[in-house]
Amino acid sequence: MIDKSLVVFFTASYPSPEKTVEFMLTASEAGADVIELGIPFSDPVADGKTIQESYVRTLKNFRVKQVFDIMKAFREESDKPVVIMSYFNPIYRMGVRDFVERAYSSGVDAMLVVDLPYDEAEEYADICSSIGMDTVFLAAPNTSEERLRAIDELSTFIYLVSTYGVTGERKEISPLAFEALKRAKNICKKPVAVGFGVSKADHVRQLIDAGADGVVVGSAFIRIINEKGGSAVEDIRKLTLNLKSGILGSY
Amino acid sequence: MRFGEFGGRYVPEVLIPPLEELERAYNDLKEDEKFRRELDYYLRNYAGRPTPLYFAENMSRELGVKIYLKREDLLHGGAHKINNTLGQALLAKYMGKRRIIAETGAGQHGVATAMAASLFGLEAEIYMGAEDYDRQKMNVFRMRLLGAKVTAVESGSRTLKDAINEALRDWVESFEYTHYLIGSVVGPHPFPTIVRDFQSVIGAETKRQILEMEETLPDAIVACVGGGSNAMGIFYPFLNDKVELIGVEAAGRGIETGKHSASLLAGSKGVLHGMLSYFLQDEDGMMLDTHSIAAGLDYPGVGPEHAFLKDSGKCRYVAVNDEEALKAFALLSKKEGIIPALESAHAVAYAVRMAEEMDKDSIIIVNLSGRGDKDMGIVMEMMA
Repeated sequence: MIDKSLVVFFTASYPSPEKTVEFMLTASEAGADVIELGIPFSDPVADGKTIQESYVRTLKNFRVKQVFDIMKAFREESDKPVVIMSYFNPIYRMGVRDFVERAYSSGVDAMLVVDLPYDEAEEYADICSSIGMDTVFLAAPNTSEERLRAIDELSTFIYLVSTYGVTGERKEISPLAFEALKRAKNICKKPVAVGFGVSKADHVRQLIDAGADGVVVGSAFIRIINEKGGSAVEDIRKLTLNLKSGILGSY
Repeated sequence: MRFGEFGGRYVPEVLIPPLEELERAYNDLKEDEKFRRELDYYLRNYAGRPTPLYFAENMSRELGVKIYLKREDLLHGGAHKINNTLGQALLAKYMGKRRIIAETGAGQHGVATAMAASLFGLEAEIYMGAEDYDRQKMNVFRMRLLGAKVTAVESGSRTLKDAINEALRDWVESFEYTHYLIGSVVGPHPFPTIVRDFQSVIGAETKRQILEMEETLPDAIVACVGGGSNAMGIFYPFLNDKVELIGVEAAGRGIETGKHSASLLAGSKGVLHGMLSYFLQDEDGMMLDTHSIAAGLDYPGVGPEHAFLKDSGKCRYVAVNDEEALKAFALLSKKEGIIPALESAHAVAYAVRMAEEMDKDSIIIVNLSGRGDKDMGIVMEMMA
């Protein structure tokens, strides 16, 4: 799923389910290799202001099951891999098995639950594996070698958080990210994608040059949608092309 | 690490190492003679422990049972919160952290945190929902006077829950030099255990005092439950005794109206703020807005140990609405000359209610977790 890949994040149903599908297709055509679809949550503790704002706006008129409708519509047009990104409570509330089954049958390839570290995820991981849903776990610059090995074991790719902080655009990639990436690449067998604070083609190039198998860009896209709403399509295409040049240029 | 199925450590991976560091430090220090002595010294000489267990003569005569009040309202800062903030601030100092962050609702925990930080020479930043920040100007001023930075949180419902979210976001960036001094028996492991341990001094003292005064254990102990720290503190040393332990949640404008904070009585299982517990949430797992006249009870969740004690039947949980709490607030003020915090008034109200059905000379202890001075503004408005 991840091999010099650009992963693009969208908030589900923001500003509407139909627009989300359009954004996902636009990004895919412009060079996104994987789409990450975020489920809005009332208390997103790992997210910075940009993504928080998209969640608050979406929650005025949102049901979790819209995510499955978005997926089905997207799958009619595209087979690009899609990873769901969610906090645990909406999944727990629906029932883990129920959620994973519905996600799987609507065409979701993998799930990442931000506030479910692997030690709390035994039942979840068993259910995902029995259904055939891939799982992705977060790693951070302070994750121990022992924990990295366990995360590697359970993940189809590792989502490495670049810094100590929440999601959001930053001027530069933190030096921590490069150290952490080197360590993760040494320890893990699975591909490593780096996210949080990645927002420019230059960031993408630096990380791919440093050995990242993928990069995840979220807030930079969501900021455009915060500003332009449904008419963000053209800007999304341009940003995707621009970010992708950071990967293609490094070949 | 869990209380039955409740509790746990549902946090982003980056917070696992700081939580493990905290757990290790706490386990080392809780038995450490020097740490215990130092904490005990400050609890006595700075906070004002032990607090009296006061026999409320007039209330007892009126109700026909024996009512005792555990006077946590007499502590420095005016509430039980200081028991925990002194403990955790000292812990932070031993861990070599130079900065403390905390969330606060009405401001009591924020004030108690600012006091402890000032005492131990630590930097403090307090997160407060913007709505609470506007309603509780006096406490904001107190915290600033005590040297803390107070940050209003504009996100979400702009109350306590959002202040916790923001404190967690700060901690993810700053854990290397910052301790998150959480104010109730909530959050990821080991916070619920740490806060309960530091608050159990209330129950341990109460047990000694009632045995001395009555030569028997009480029939019931009543305490209000928001997150649940004062209740956990007084219940814990009595968990294996034949004493009825009753936690009182806030029914707000009535549970049927949806405007309340009774997560144990009307909530469902969920995961937020690092813990599996009971929460007030919609069908999709989004947290609901809550209401109570008492800002300290205005939280959509509850500590995981209470969730466990409820499901295992070891404690009983009930709810008292705004109106009953206000009546009890006025009653205690008039009968005993003691103005309770609106939070504690919920416990007083339930004691009054249950007294009617108890035998004469039954003993009820009410945990008077805080004093009511902070609530004058809101009560004046309500009574006008």
